[in-house]
Amino acid sequence: MITEFGKIFVFILVAIFFVTVAVFVAKLLRPSRPTYEKKLTYECGEDIIGSPWVQFNIRFYVVALIFLIFDVEIVLLIPWAYVYKIFGITGFLVGAIFLILLGLGMAYEWRKGDLEWSRPAMPKLNVNKNKVSEKVKDK
Amino acid sequence: MIYEYFSNLTGSEVLASIISAFLPLFLFILPFALIAVLLERKVSAHMQDRLGPMRVGYHGILQTIADILKLIQKEDIIADQNDKPLFNIAPVLVFAGSYAVFAAIPFSSSYLGSNIDLGLFFIVGISGLVVAGILMAGWASNNKYTLLGAMRSAAQLISYEIPTIMIVVTVLMVTGTLNLKEITELQSGYFWNWLIFGGNIAGIAKYLLIPFMFVGFVIIYISTLAEVNRTPFDIPEAESELVSGYHTEYSGMKFAMFFLAEYANMFAVSAIVVLLFFGGYHSPFGYLGNTLGLSWLVPIEQLFWFTFKGIGFVLVQMWLRWTLPRLRVDQLMAVCWKYLIPIAFVNLLIVGLITLL
Repeated sequence: MITEFGKIFVFILVAIFFVTVAVFVAKLLRPSRPTYEKKLTYECGEDIIGSPWVQFNIRFYVVALIFLIFDVEIVLLIPWAYVYKIFGITGFLVGAIFLILLGLGMAYEWRKGDLEWSRPAMPKLNVNKNKVSEKVKDK
Repeated sequence: MIYEYFSNLTGSEVLASIISAFLPLFLFILPFALIAVLLERKVSAHMQDRLGPMRVGYHGILQTIADILKLIQKEDIIADQNDKPLFNIAPVLVFAGSYAVFAAIPFSSSYLGSNIDLGLFFIVGISGLVVAGILMAGWASNNKYTLLGAMRSAAQLISYEIPTIMIVVTVLMVTGTLNLKEITELQSGYFWNWLIFGGNIAGIAKYLLIPFMFVGFVIIYISTLAEVNRTPFDIPEAESELVSGYHTEYSGMKFAMFFLAEYANMFAVSAIVVLLFFGGYHSPFGYLGNTLGLSWLVPIEQLFWFTFKGIGFVLVQMWLRWTLPRLRVDQLMAVCWKYLIPIAFVNLLIVGLITLL
C-alpha cells in the first residue's frame, strides 16, 4: 500500500532518475577534450583575479532574519486559519491581535531603516532653487 | 482515476505509481518546454518586430529540437576550482524541486499525482528545494558572477515567498481546505463560482469578497513571477551584468536541466494561480461531455481547460518580460517588503472578517 506521500516520493525519485539518465546519455555522446583554458572558471575570458569569496552586503543577512520571523508566523497562522471559524469572532480576534503585534514589529523595522537597501547615490545637481523659480516667474 | 486504472492493469501499486509519476514528465513538461522555448523566442521576436527563428522547419518549428541535439553534444566542462560533488548535485535538486510540485497539481478530476490534504502547503514548502539547489550551484561554481547571482536569487525567492504564503492563507480562510482537488471542486459550475469572483458562497459575502480576491490574485501573480526569476524581477540572472547568474559555469546537459526546471516552474506557478483563483481544471461554461452524455469526454475537456488557462498565464509572463524594464535591487526589495506584504496583511484581516459574516 503506497500512501499519498509515498507517491510524492516516487515523483522525486523519477526526477532524480531523469536528470541522471539525461546527463549519462549526454556523457556517452559528447566529446571530452579539456584544456587549461577550459578548466578555468569563467571571468569574461580573462585570467581570474582574486577569490570569489568576497564580502557580501549585510542586507542579505538581515533579509534572511526578517524572513525567518515571518516564516514562523506563517507556520502559526495556517492552523489558525483552519479552525478560527469554529470560535467565531473570538477566534478571529486572537489571530488578529497576533497579526497586529507582528505588524507593529514590522513597522519598527521599517522605521529603523532595516528594509532599506543601499541605493545608488544620485549625483547632486548644483542648481540654486530660487534662481530656477525666478526664471520660471519671468517667463 | 488514472492511478487506479494502471493499478488494475499491472496488478502492482508500485508499478502504477511509477507510471503515473512519469506521465506528467513525458506527456506534459517535455512537450511544454519544447513549445514554450520556441514560443518565447517567437513572441519576443514579434513584439520587437523581428521574425525570430525561421530556418529549421516551417517558420522555425523544429528549432527547439535542434537546440536539444546541440545541447546533448556539448562538452560538459567542470573547471578545476569547482566543487565537483555539489556542482553535480545542484541541477538534480533544482529539477527535483520543481518536478515534485507537479505531484500535487490536479491536471483533471481523473489525473492527480498525489491527493494529499496539505497540497498547497506542500507546494510552497517543496519550492524551498529550488532555493537550496540554486545556492548550491552558485556556491560550488566558485565564480564571482554565480555567487552573486545565487545570493540575489535566494534573497529574492525567500522575500517573495511571504506574500505568496499570505495569499495562500487568505484562500485557506475562504475555502477551509488546502487540498487542491477540494479547492477546485468548490469552484465547480460556471465561471462566476471561481474564487476570483467570490467563490461558491451564498449571500452578500460573495460580492464583498470580489475586490479583495482580485487584490490577492494580483499580489500572488507578482510574487510568483518573482519566484521564477522572470523579468521584471530577473536581477539574479541579469544578463547585462552577471553573464547569466547562478548557472554561468554550467554547460551541456546540466545547463539544459536548469533550463527545463525553469520552464517547468513557469508552468507550475501559473497552475497555482489558476487553481487558486480561476477554477482549476473546471470549464467556465459547463461540459460538452455532460451535454452529449459521454462521461469519458469530461476529464479530457478538463485537461484541455487546465492547460489552456495555464499556458494563458505563461503567455502573460512572456508578454511582461518584453514589456517591463528590470527593477533595481533596492526597488525589488521595496516592492516586496513595503507594498506587497503590508497589502497582503490588511487583505488577510479583511477577508477574515468577511468570512465571519
